[in-house]
Amino acid sequence: MIPALFVFAYLSIVVYIGIFAFRKGKDSGEDFFLAGRKLGQFVFLLSLFGTNMTAFAILGSSGLAYRVGIGVYGLMASSSGFVIPLTIFFIGTRLWRLGKRFGHMTQVQYFRDRWECSFIGTLIFALTAAMLVPYIIIGVMGGGTTLEAISQYQTADGATVSWVSYELGGAIVALVVMSYVFFGGMRGTAWVNTFQTLLFLCFGTVAFILISRSVGGFDQVMERLAANPKTASLLSRERIAKEEFFSYMFIPLSAIMFPHIAIMCMTAERVTHFKKTVILYPLCIAAIWIPSVYLGVVSADQFPGLGKGQSDDVILRMLTAHSEVWVAGILGAGIMACVMASDSQILALCTMFTEDIFAYYGGKERFGEKAQVWTGRAFVVVVTVTAYLIALQLKDKAGIFELAIRFAFSGFAALAPIMVAALFWRRSTKWGALAAVIWVAATLIATWLIYNGTEGIAPKPGQPPVAIYPEWGQFLLRTPGNVTVYGFLPVMPMCLGSAVLVVLVSLLTPPPSRATLDRYFPPKPVAAGGGIAA
Amino acid sequence: MRMLLFIVFVAVMVTLHHDFWLWTDKRLVFGFLPAGLAYHLGYSVLAACAMFALVKLAWPKDLDEDEPDAPSNGGERA
Repeated sequence: MIPALFVFAYLSIVVYIGIFAFRKGKDSGEDFFLAGRKLGQFVFLLSLFGTNMTAFAILGSSGLAYRVGIGVYGLMASSSGFVIPLTIFFIGTRLWRLGKRFGHMTQVQYFRDRWECSFIGTLIFALTAAMLVPYIIIGVMGGGTTLEAISQYQTADGATVSWVSYELGGAIVALVVMSYVFFGGMRGTAWVNTFQTLLFLCFGTVAFILISRSVGGFDQVMERLAANPKTASLLSRERIAKEEFFSYMFIPLSAIMFPHIAIMCMTAERVTHFKKTVILYPLCIAAIWIPSVYLGVVSADQFPGLGKGQSDDVILRMLTAHSEVWVAGILGAGIMACVMASDSQILALCTMFTEDIFAYYGGKERFGEKAQVWTGRAFVVVVTVTAYLIALQLKDKAGIFELAIRFAFSGFAALAPIMVAALFWRRSTKWGALAAVIWVAATLIATWLIYNGTEGIAPKPGQPPVAIYPEWGQFLLRTPGNVTVYGFLPVMPMCLGSAVLVVLVSLLTPPPSRATLDRYFPPKPVAAGGGIAA
Repeated sequence: MRMLLFIVFVAVMVTLHHDFWLWTDKRLVFGFLPAGLAYHLGYSVLAACAMFALVKLAWPKDLDEDEPDAPSNGGERA
């Protein structure tokens, strides 16, 4: 009951932040969608990091570490700690500059202008929007489930009941997110993300220390795990295939292609804000993921024998069992904040709709900028209410959306070569981009169909992969949770195929006009002596 | 030359990420931290150092032209 009160206090604070941001805002599109491109260093770093930190970073990673072991950190976090700041350094800074120079707010605006295309931009909008929607739905579902779990209490006869139902919890979360995104726009969302990240970094550390004391020291727990043949492998990476580990390095390429991350890159006031951001990013990831993964492994000693569904909330179990009620409450609010990470996705979808569809097809010209902002706000309401209704209807089908999100990571990662080509390769063309987009969409659909069509032959955890077409040998394998290509995850061939297609098709098709190329790749100034300046 | 250096830099970081020699190592560092996790914590610190080096040595100077207080920030908005 007390953790739930903390959560409600947290929800009230974030609504207030949204309203406060509303008071600070102006009625221009750039102000609502990009906080006027005026975010300071501190807010930019923490909100960019917070935007990318979903419920999976806390709940999912500890649950997976409970089942797979410490390798989860190397698999998902340390690779992200290198690849994500690298992409922010090379791509994020360029997006920031293009936004400042040409007024772009979305990736599609840039692609349309850079490659002189209309329909292909709309196609990229449709694909990215389709891959973003499952996040928003799962955010509302996660809100309902978490609020229901946090508000549980024991009755006199020993039964466990919740005083906030899934339906009410989902409605509260949807309403709160909708309120601060509606009023505060990007400024409110960035401030809430900053608050959320600080909450987690501060109280996560406190909880980690308190849990360590409560379990009698982590050294003893680790010795017990090492001595038990059933759990010893959790201290190594024996439960992770090497090919899978390698493939996962491609996944963080998705970060910069997520519309909410790309749009966030355009909100910094100064390009120098990127410097500290890329340096501190790997350390922020370590600060959140190391305790989560470690506590997940510790949970295998504290709560042995949990199934897959039960192990997803081991971190909540640890907090309840081993920390003070007020710490559990504040961290419960932090976990809630992570679950509510759909705020940035809702805002990104709304920015994309108003800029790439409404404004592009004449709405801004006809009705003015103020109408554009209010269209964006109306779209926030429509998206949130629709997500809530879907979350109610498909309460027991969360697995479908979780699967869609996993596939979306691969899809966004495979779109990265398009962005690299647009920014760094003068000769790239819209037809190259189109070929890559079709490839990504086709491989996503094919993987989805093969995955669902092979559930009957999927091996159980711990069993070896099964050949889907035995006559093709190891080409397509079915593991308990994936379809693989020669043991590698689909993201790898998807990224490589996308890169090859952008290059080949671009070379075979005519480039954009000279005027456009000169805008994006200005000729180097000629030095006074007639040579090319360095 | 810069491109070659960058490719070598990325290749070294990717190689270091794949610490296959620790794959089945269950030793504990300081008595409580599994060796594989300690290594990847170190890798994260190395990534931060690598980013520091990138910022110091490879920061694209032309980006600074678009700073709000730059002499000419090239505004060409639609």
